[in-house]
Amino acid sequence: MRQNYRLDKIGLVNREKKLSFKFNGKKYFGYEGDTLASALIANGVHLVGRSFKYHRPRGFFGAGVDEPYAIVQLYRNGETEPNVRATEQELFEGLEAKSVNCWPSVNFDIGAINNFLNIFLPAGFYYKTFMWPRSFWYRIYEPFIRKAAGFGVASKEHDKERYEHKYEYCDLLIAGSGPSGLASAYAAAKNGARVILAEDKPRFGGSLLTSDVSINNQSGKEWADNIITELKGMTNVTVKNRAQIFGYYDHNMLVMSERVTDHLPKSEQFTPKQRLWYIRAKQVVISSGSIERPIVFGNNDTPGVVLASAAKEYMKVYGVLVGKKPIVFTNNDSAYETAIEFKKNNINPIVLDSRQDSNSEIIKEAKSLGIDIKFSHVVVVAKGYKKVKSCDIAEISEDKQNLNQIKNIECDCICVSGFWTPTIHLASQSGGKTKFKEEIDAFVPDKSKQKEVTLGSANGVFTLEETLKTSFDKGFELSKEITNNNNSQQIPKVSEKKHSKHDKFWCVPLPKGKKYKRFLDFQNDVAVSDIELAIREGYRSIEHVKRYTTLGMATDQGKTSNLNGLQLVSNIENKVVPAVGHTTFRPPYTPISIGAIVGREIGKHSKPTRKSPMHNWHEKNNAVFVDAGVWLRPRYYKRGNEGLFEASKREAENVRKNVGVCDVTTLGKIDVKGPDAAEFLNRVYTNAWLKLPVGKARYGVMLREDGIVMDDGTTTRISENHYHMTTTTAQAANVLSHLEYYLQLVWPELDVNVVSTTEQWAGAAIAGPKSRDLLQKLFPDTDVSNEGLPFMGFVEANLFGVNARIFRISFSGELAYEVNVESDNGNFMWEKIIEIGKDFDLQPYGTEALSTLRIEMGHVAGSELDGRTIPYDTGLDGLVSKKKDFIGKRSLLKKAYNEKDRQRLVGVVPLDKKTSIPEGSHLVKDPKGKLPNPKLGHISASCWSVEHNNPFSLAILKDGKNMIGSKLYAMSPLKNKTIAVEIVSSHYVDPKGERVRS
Amino acid sequence: MLYIKCPHCGLRSQNEFAYGGDASVKRPELNKEISDQEWDEFVYLRKSPRGKHLELWHHVSGCRQWIKVLRDTSTHEIFNTYKSEEKVG
Repeated sequence: MRQNYRLDKIGLVNREKKLSFKFNGKKYFGYEGDTLASALIANGVHLVGRSFKYHRPRGFFGAGVDEPYAIVQLYRNGETEPNVRATEQELFEGLEAKSVNCWPSVNFDIGAINNFLNIFLPAGFYYKTFMWPRSFWYRIYEPFIRKAAGFGVASKEHDKERYEHKYEYCDLLIAGSGPSGLASAYAAAKNGARVILAEDKPRFGGSLLTSDVSINNQSGKEWADNIITELKGMTNVTVKNRAQIFGYYDHNMLVMSERVTDHLPKSEQFTPKQRLWYIRAKQVVISSGSIERPIVFGNNDTPGVVLASAAKEYMKVYGVLVGKKPIVFTNNDSAYETAIEFKKNNINPIVLDSRQDSNSEIIKEAKSLGIDIKFSHVVVVAKGYKKVKSCDIAEISEDKQNLNQIKNIECDCICVSGFWTPTIHLASQSGGKTKFKEEIDAFVPDKSKQKEVTLGSANGVFTLEETLKTSFDKGFELSKEITNNNNSQQIPKVSEKKHSKHDKFWCVPLPKGKKYKRFLDFQNDVAVSDIELAIREGYRSIEHVKRYTTLGMATDQGKTSNLNGLQLVSNIENKVVPAVGHTTFRPPYTPISIGAIVGREIGKHSKPTRKSPMHNWHEKNNAVFVDAGVWLRPRYYKRGNEGLFEASKREAENVRKNVGVCDVTTLGKIDVKGPDAAEFLNRVYTNAWLKLPVGKARYGVMLREDGIVMDDGTTTRISENHYHMTTTTAQAANVLSHLEYYLQLVWPELDVNVVSTTEQWAGAAIAGPKSRDLLQKLFPDTDVSNEGLPFMGFVEANLFGVNARIFRISFSGELAYEVNVESDNGNFMWEKIIEIGKDFDLQPYGTEALSTLRIEMGHVAGSELDGRTIPYDTGLDGLVSKKKDFIGKRSLLKKAYNEKDRQRLVGVVPLDKKTSIPEGSHLVKDPKGKLPNPKLGHISASCWSVEHNNPFSLAILKDGKNMIGSKLYAMSPLKNKTIAVEIVSSHYVDPKGERVRS
Repeated sequence: MLYIKCPHCGLRSQNEFAYGGDASVKRPELNKEISDQEWDEFVYLRKSPRGKHLELWHHVSGCRQWIKVLRDTSTHEIFNTYKSEEKVG
């Protein structure tokens, strides 16, 4: 197919390399260096989508990041991506894209009926309509809105692409490579500063690519190319294209999204699709340029209505004509460059200028080229449905209120320019204030809050000469402060055309009796009438008007619409624009893909995985693993066809009958050392620690200051001034921080040091009636008899040449020991235990059996110490010293903590002795009680008691102390279960604790 | 992300630190009889000032020292940082 709108010679695309692509299933050709937008326009395609609310036809409006219309669904390398702006997507061989928000096709879209119903879809339609009846919400309204919402569809497949994060530091970060960016980067780099220069587009140079200027007798583009080449060769400079700085955060941290391979058919191996840069800069130069704003007129959203600057860019960069019968509609001089460019390419534009007259240099040039210029003229309404076919134009009165001599003229595009809006997003995100600059009818940055400066047209400076001068000066000045160097550059000679003043005119009035839709926000279909309605209905704050009408809330965030919205509100309210103010600029400046935000932290990389030294053994022996915090722990060791229930039951039974071994390496371990260690522990734990002898362990409970149990564990006195503290797996890090807090800030006079030793020790719990016999064989030289190593005793011993620590502690209620060796010897220890354990019918057991054993003996763990319970609640009140003070003690005097019917730990058994009670079930008196049924307590942990061979649970129950023997119901609406239960003691096994002492 | 100068390690990104709340809170002495109100003020009640705030940060992924940071809660400006034992003023 011929590219009917491609110009023969001009443009920067590579005509040697033809690329084929598909749009809506149809095949087209473009060139390397095209965007999807420029290639489609070259092929005469102007209908790319449908609008959000009314499903009106959508074409192209801009040529870059500000594009509100041309959003497509992209297909690349077997993946699909929604919300891609065709004006930014570079063409590659085999690209496929489809229109969004239309069904069955972009040419015939059923949703377009909304366009004719639009009287029923005014601002706030959703708020007003979907209110009643309430029952309709889930069944009808919500699914309807969901279906109607959004542009395109997200892929449901796993994203195979690679995304990376990078952290970088620099002296000067420069956002935008237009004249101000290049000049400041060059001046700073030459003065020795470390510079990062970021350009959002593939090509560097910004406005220099399209403007008709000369710098040092070179064209703008040549000058830009030379500067970039020189910068790229400098070791202190990083130059990045396709890189958008989208967020300005605290303390001069900016985030940049680099589209590394989005412009290629697929990513190469080990090359990310996108890279997110977190950049900490000493100084930031915001040279983000400005965006042309539209003039509002009837049906100004018709495909073929484009920004004048975009039309020029399509010609000069891509060699593409947006139309062959153009109207240029402007209130200022800059659009004349577009008209002149058309003329140079043998196209005859008609210029409608809302100003009464102007005689600047560029207008003289246009006149001398024979361009038809009509002053005091405006476009009233565009005609044509899927593409502009003609428009009504009129003469406008001096006060801009009346239209005369309306007549229709043929055209195929309307290039509109309502002057320029500085891109102040980054400056505003930094926390700086903005001010309204009357001469340009727009906001510019006021005082900087962070270390940043805004230059060039982003700062409302529209002449090249002044831009280059201030930018060279600033680049030098900022770099000098950092590097102390003094190498300044000569400011180049500039020749440019002087512009005359623009006209403060932005909205064409409606002719009498006509109700044309005049759009402000093209993506969200917000028209002038919607804003008028919102204000009639009482919305005043611009933030409220925005949310009620959705003005500026689409994916383009109102880059082309916000200022006109403000003009309108200020007109209606009879205020000046700065009194209305603008809505808050928030990052990101452009949509950022979720993949880039997540980076490589996906799947198993989303958190660290910690493995015990015995992990490989577990793996080889059919362990099924479970995540325990960041640790991987064996949940059970599968034999044959066993499931979780059978295996864990077998393992737990074997502990009660013979002996089992469990990997307890994951327990938190903290070394507490120093002359005041005993005193410190005495303050940290609720029970007494001053008299614990060397070689003995003690179980301890620690509280937060509010009296809530923080953690529990055993701590052993290894030597006079050395204690070995254990914590639960989950709380290890918090406990260490807690101890450091008190040592460093509250009691710095205590001479104590704490350090985590979790990873230094591998641990194996050996539990069961045969454990002592096994231990004796493991440690033939050590006396492990009940007298030699009594309950809560500790001894250092020799395990076949390896130093080991033996603690006689029990988590299972059985006679049990915990053996620790240095981590490197963990596997050796484990294999010895397994090998020698064979004689005693030893089996390894996992966390599920571990839980079963602790639940049925009534030993509390994380599910009871859940951050809501005090010692009394969990039956730990016996460990609370009455004599000494400790962290959190004063809180225990609180009235609520001492109520007679205070909640307390109990055991729960189903009456039928068969039905397992789901964890989280609520205990209630009357299962048929009126809702909300008063909750008396909840099931914290459940197991199958291997001792009694029936289900058993622990619960925290109101007045639990006096409820033993009562009958209640456990209800779990989630599992749809109601179970009759009996409340029993939490000590379901060996209530006197004889076994552990045997 | 804040850039916090640890008095022991130098300038580090916020993600190395954990926030620790108001640094001016003083724990009542051990074994001292105090009223419910005094205790509640210590445990629960915190000012939430707009502006200058002396707060604790814990350099958890660094030197593991608790430090004091004088920060503006509305602008996030950090005026100074101190070692735990240093006098602020």
